[in-house]
Amino acid sequence: MQNATIWRSTVKAGLLTGVIAIYIALTGMVLSLSQRPVIGKLSLGHVVYMLVFAGMGYIVARRHVGKTQRALVPVHGALVGGLGAALLALLPIVGRKIDLAWMFVTAKPNLYKFLLFNQESTALGIGYLILTGAALGAATATLPVLPPVLHQALLGGASTTLLMGVLAELVQRTILKKALGPLFAYKGLKPWGAAVLFVALSVLFGLYAWWRQNHPQAQRSVPLETGPEPAWKRSLKLGLLLLLLLILPIWLLSKDTYLNSVLNLVGLYVIMGLGLNIVVGFAGLLDLGYVAFFAIGAYTVALMTSLGPLGMGYSFWQALPVAIVFALSAGVILGVPVLRMRGDYLAIVTLGFGEIIRILANSDWLKPFMGGALGVLDIPKPEIFGRVLKEEYQLYYLILAGILLTWFIASRLYHSRVGRAWQALREDEDVAEAMGIHLVTTKLLAFGFGAAFSGLSGAIFAAKVGSVYPHTFNLIISINVLSLIIVGGIGSLPGVVVGALALVGLPELLREFSEYRMLFYGIALIAMMLVKPEGFWPKRLNVYARPDESAPETAQ
Amino acid sequence: MALLELHNVHAYYGNIHALKGISLTVEEGEIVTLIGANGAGKTTTLRVITMLLPPREGQVLLHGEDLSQYRTHEIVLKGISMVPEGRGVFARLTVLENLELGAYTRNDKQAIAEDLERVFTLFPRLKERQGQAAGTLSGGEQQMLAIGRALMSRPKILLLDEPSMGLAPILVESIFDIIQEINRQGTTILLVEQNALMALQIAHRGYVLRTGEIVLADTAENLRNNEMVQKTYLGME
Repeated sequence: MQNATIWRSTVKAGLLTGVIAIYIALTGMVLSLSQRPVIGKLSLGHVVYMLVFAGMGYIVARRHVGKTQRALVPVHGALVGGLGAALLALLPIVGRKIDLAWMFVTAKPNLYKFLLFNQESTALGIGYLILTGAALGAATATLPVLPPVLHQALLGGASTTLLMGVLAELVQRTILKKALGPLFAYKGLKPWGAAVLFVALSVLFGLYAWWRQNHPQAQRSVPLETGPEPAWKRSLKLGLLLLLLLILPIWLLSKDTYLNSVLNLVGLYVIMGLGLNIVVGFAGLLDLGYVAFFAIGAYTVALMTSLGPLGMGYSFWQALPVAIVFALSAGVILGVPVLRMRGDYLAIVTLGFGEIIRILANSDWLKPFMGGALGVLDIPKPEIFGRVLKEEYQLYYLILAGILLTWFIASRLYHSRVGRAWQALREDEDVAEAMGIHLVTTKLLAFGFGAAFSGLSGAIFAAKVGSVYPHTFNLIISINVLSLIIVGGIGSLPGVVVGALALVGLPELLREFSEYRMLFYGIALIAMMLVKPEGFWPKRLNVYARPDESAPETAQ
Repeated sequence: MALLELHNVHAYYGNIHALKGISLTVEEGEIVTLIGANGAGKTTTLRVITMLLPPREGQVLLHGEDLSQYRTHEIVLKGISMVPEGRGVFARLTVLENLELGAYTRNDKQAIAEDLERVFTLFPRLKERQGQAAGTLSGGEQQMLAIGRALMSRPKILLLDEPSMGLAPILVESIFDIIQEINRQGTTILLVEQNALMALQIAHRGYVLRTGEIVLADTAENLRNNEMVQKTYLGME
């Protein structure tokens, strides 16, 4: 009886695998990505559907371990993969008899040919397909049965190798090209390169897994009993991190313009995220018009520094503080009318404010001053000590300085008196007020600081891009910033960085997936919310008593 | 002069006339209780005193000074501290941070540390759990924290809103013991309760509210023996 349940769940998983594979094939991505080699002749088109077989085999195997005989687990995996592949094979069989293209535009003969590995004989092609599915399912299903170290080694090695193949073009723009260059073809990995990489990475992952197994205390990210780590260790870690950040663009990324521009974009979002995190994460005020302050910062710098007819000819460094002050004032001014609003109502009003700023910038009425839809052009790059920061990797340092500054301010604020007040406000407005917290100043401070950070980000953005247009500042930026805070872990500073990397950096790097980029992005977001609903790097909640030495401190 | 006085207070939620001319006094050192059924206006009375719901008519006087000129956050400075209904602890902050927020309006570090010690003596559980997030405490511990937090502002008068709500009977007893202890240490207490039996046991005087009006005012002992009170609020036949 027990046994029958397990087999039934395996068959169910196999059918699900088939449905997902057919869906992926019908979206057209299999065929459109088939021209992009990953490893040798294996294309990205192959990878996207084969990954379904492999992935489902793995998931099923992990569920089955311990419930059935170990030797049988790979069989279950093979069944999942094989069944999925068999269902996928129905697509060419049915498709060659009945024309499906009237409904699914991508269901065309060349898709069928590709799915059947370009075989002349349908039977042989289907055979290959099912065999591939079963083999992949069995292979990944074997992993959970292996000793943990081996499991980690092979899984890490295989997935990283695959990732390197997919991102081959980007990898070759970095310092890794010097070391790994010969392993790569123009696009994708050479077959022997992939083999070498797989073995080397597996060994590395294996060593790491083995080390972790023998140092169980290292597995706990937060040492509960041992107390805070010693100061020298912290400083050493911080120093190393800073060094890494300093050499990142010129050495690790080899001054590559594209990668550094992606990095800079992420950096600008980090600054915005740190600002919005004060408003939403610390004080719990949902602000959907955050892009307005970004726009105000950008337009201030644009209008003050532009060399075009609208510009006033000030330098970037003269314009920067003005931009921040303008954004801050706008934040406070917006704050006044929404003081009495909470939650959803606040979100809607701020949403409106964001739109008003964009529409004003776009209007004919303000065109003589702000350029209307044509925007402001000819914004000079910032200059420092007589050097013009014109390359992306040079601008990176300006953005890094901005991040460090805002990070420092945000973390000091969090632990300050006003930071406490923000948190109390977030938890319960009435009770906070009854504790003696002045709601008006506290809220306005949150809006002001948040807006100022955004203004700083906008100011750098204007100088980096060299031109600003009203349509740049649309709602999606506000939504992106809010999403990255949530994905990173609301209220958490490192979470902002992780969120920005995941939501801004990743989609940029996934450009190769062209129109399917947003599909992957959406899937990743849903998966993340299911697996880690509190965010990738959440703010830690104290559940256990904290060690005594850090306890006695009073409010200030 | 009474410590706290309400004179003919009328309060509204929109068009709903929630308090229809409440008058009551709380003398220094007393425990006074407001009892009544759901919707009688007990919590509303506390909201009026803390100016979360400013009265439309009538006066709230503390030592004879009209409080309606102040905003909620200034009421604490006047010496009134509230333990809200449902406890209202700041769930994601630690116990210690909650207590520190109770002393938000104060700057005297030394005295704050003393008061923290006092709260920890009253509630040793809170000392054990000071580094823990308040939301992870049990209901009884959260109630203790809410009371402790209110004490951190060194109030002259402590307003308690349904401290027994949702607690096991044994915990209710110990919370009421502590309320008496706080009173003995010199804090005046205005206690709102549905659990009239418990409230009338520790209070000196009591008021009975019904649909926004005070229908009875007497010493706690007399109220306990009052036939109407026994029938309606103490469940005796």
